[in-house]
Amino acid sequence: MANFYSDHPELKFQLENSPLMKRIVELKERNYADKDAFDYAPQNFEDAMDNYDRVCELTGDICANIIAPNAEAVDAEGPHCENGRVRYASKTYENLDATVKAGLCGVTMPRRYNGLNFPCTAYTVINEMIATADAGFENIWSLQDCIETLYEFGDEEQRKKYVPRVCAGETMSMDLTEPDAGSDLQSVMLKATWSEADNCWLLNGCKRFITNGDSDIHLVLARSEEGTRDGRGLSMFIYDKNQGGVNVRRIENKLGIHGSPTCELVYKNAKAELCGSRKLGLIKYVMALMNGARLGIAAQSVGISAAAYEEGLAYAKDRKQFGNEIINFPAVYDMLAIMKAKLDAGRSLLYQTARYVDVYKCLEDIERERKLTPEERAECKKFSKLADAFTPLSKGMNSEYANQNTYDCIQIHGGSGFMLEYACQRLYRDARITSIYEGTTQLQTVAAIRYITNGFYTQVITDLLAETEIAPEYAAQKARVEKMFEKYQAAVAKVDELKNDEFKDFCSRHLYEMAADTVMSILILGDATKRPDLFDNSAKVYVRYAAAEVEKHSDFVADAQPSDLANYRK
Amino acid sequence: MALNIIVLAKQVPDTRNVGPDAMTPQGTVNRAALPAVFNPEDLNALEQALRLKEQFPGSTIKVVTMGLPKSAEVIRESLYRGADAGYVITDRCLGGADTLATSYTISQAIRKMGNYDIILGGRQAIDGDTAQVGPQIAEKLGLTQVTYAEEILSLDEKARKVTIKRHIDGGVETVEAPLPLVVTVNGSAAPCRPRNAKRVMKYKNATAPAERPADQAEAIAAANASKPYLNITQWGAADIDADLKQVGKAGSPTNVKTVQNIVFKTKESQTLTSSDADIESLMVDLLNEKIIG
Repeated sequence: MANFYSDHPELKFQLENSPLMKRIVELKERNYADKDAFDYAPQNFEDAMDNYDRVCELTGDICANIIAPNAEAVDAEGPHCENGRVRYASKTYENLDATVKAGLCGVTMPRRYNGLNFPCTAYTVINEMIATADAGFENIWSLQDCIETLYEFGDEEQRKKYVPRVCAGETMSMDLTEPDAGSDLQSVMLKATWSEADNCWLLNGCKRFITNGDSDIHLVLARSEEGTRDGRGLSMFIYDKNQGGVNVRRIENKLGIHGSPTCELVYKNAKAELCGSRKLGLIKYVMALMNGARLGIAAQSVGISAAAYEEGLAYAKDRKQFGNEIINFPAVYDMLAIMKAKLDAGRSLLYQTARYVDVYKCLEDIERERKLTPEERAECKKFSKLADAFTPLSKGMNSEYANQNTYDCIQIHGGSGFMLEYACQRLYRDARITSIYEGTTQLQTVAAIRYITNGFYTQVITDLLAETEIAPEYAAQKARVEKMFEKYQAAVAKVDELKNDEFKDFCSRHLYEMAADTVMSILILGDATKRPDLFDNSAKVYVRYAAAEVEKHSDFVADAQPSDLANYRK
Repeated sequence: MALNIIVLAKQVPDTRNVGPDAMTPQGTVNRAALPAVFNPEDLNALEQALRLKEQFPGSTIKVVTMGLPKSAEVIRESLYRGADAGYVITDRCLGGADTLATSYTISQAIRKMGNYDIILGGRQAIDGDTAQVGPQIAEKLGLTQVTYAEEILSLDEKARKVTIKRHIDGGVETVEAPLPLVVTVNGSAAPCRPRNAKRVMKYKNATAPAERPADQAEAIAAANASKPYLNITQWGAADIDADLKQVGKAGSPTNVKTVQNIVFKTKESQTLTSSDADIESLMVDLLNEKIIG
């Protein structure tokens, strides 16, 4: 039987890839303190890794044999709005039933709330596979990671009340955007007022573009401070659907991810609880929520890329033209090799980011129980910064790669790819949103720019080059990466020297991609050194591709001048 | 009401995924080339049991299998999906059993387990395709049997009756039967739910004694002392008070006389044009020969 996990050893490799994993598991498991208290807790590191492996394997089974076969029907049927409620496509209920019965809920939550207590890295493997099977369903499933924010910032009573419900399979949503507040969340107007009579907060207003907006438990960004107009007047609320007061006005008709209902919500005196402190809704909690969500979209993007590669490969092997399978033509195998290279390099970046997130999140969680030692505090700070710097690279690049790979997948299919009978068109439509939601690629560049200008990426790349073991067979590729790095530094230096903010913003996408291309090149060479059987081709193909990309950007930045902006402005 | 449910499960060679080397040149099954799997219809039976358990909290599901020690794998697979305990019936003298000897052996095991309200099994196994073991067990235990079940529609605790939808030729039939009884479940019934993450982590080290390497047997037994759920019960012929004349090869009147390797060949062919006349004459032939209609 097909299995998305065991059929693709690249996933297991990424799960086990780094020596950091030992540290992550040790932190997540608090030195295996749960081993006698819970019958499903691991006894030691090997036992924990075996648990992740087995749960990924059972997920791979569900993905290949339930969710993926349902994807076409879910895409065709889509959800419906009936009397203010969402009715999912019928096969979506089958998918939900399977993931709930398999216990893939509250994956990262502690065992005391009935979670699996898995690190983010293992969660990401599961997330990626579900996205490969059906990116629209992945949206519904992966919104469970909103519970991280409730867990981190809610009080103990709220944790006890809500976390076990999510671990039992209740769904979540994050209600942030409004008709006049998309990328600019400071403009959120949904009103929260304290009601003495009800002894709770009441929410009034509307939200738009809310993924899975009829979920069981909502995190809502609302204006609690009357008279304010910016982000400092916003707080985070928990709305429990059992309370009533929120209706779905309509479901958007979208280009892709049809299985995922994108809702317009109307709040009429909806009773809600404050989560965390007032006024920190946007500036602290949403930022935390977004970083987690961005990593989720990076995983979704890699999942779609993987599906696109598999579809393209299968078609190219099968399709004959001029008496030959088209995979034998250089124009086709070139496309496939680059798709695979982007997939492998992007995936390596994704899991590197997930591991960074794991280390600092585990330490932050430990800090809720006890004071961290000075060494731990330094470690937490280091990895928090790395995670913050890698998340925009991972989200931006992987979502762009997902778009490129699904485009190439259709191209390999030729005319058939343009017909709606093949899966490639669904993948192409589903991929399109990944570079838009949870922060467009342009906003990922904004998030990354300070690490470009303050020299942090330069430091990171220097460290990665020093720490990553690269086999002598890849000396030529390594030399090429070092040249890429020099070009990146030269481009950054040029932009820096001009001290022109608009010009810096204008060049930022180029600098961002140069940094990302260089980082991914080092990572994939490291992977190929460990497993040449899996990554040798991808490493060589990717470095050649990335070097050409860096050359292009380098040339652009070297040539551009602030005076050129006049040609671009409207 | 809490029910005592027994599920019969068999580990079989995966004959659904047959490759070119699935048969030996002599025409027998090449077991080495076929992975061992949970008999598909037994999984359908397990799902019906799990649904009953959900409906009647406190119910227990015990899974019984007969086979080589490695057949304990189907017990673990059942535990991963929600079963409570498992029994492996394994003994050298049980080998070579036909359906008569198998049903005798399993019915002896069920007698020993005692206390059951409903016994569920797959309609048939994909290796033998006999569909005889379930009904024979019912006869030996003197129980009512409902075969080809597609769904247990309801269970009346007071009247101790079940209502079952059966899949029959050309339609469905709804029948009522008293507890206790044997139900064999058809492949058209609901598929079995997936393995559960927590249960996989809990039961992954559950073993039957015969599966444990001799040099680790003691250490495993000691480690399992505080975790009795990791011990899969294992019974031999003596444990179930079996009459040795009725088990294994000795108890099997079935003898395979010869095995023929048959290669299907086209005998004759007919070429038809797409004209109305040719198509009509083909339809008439097919109707006359009762191939269609």
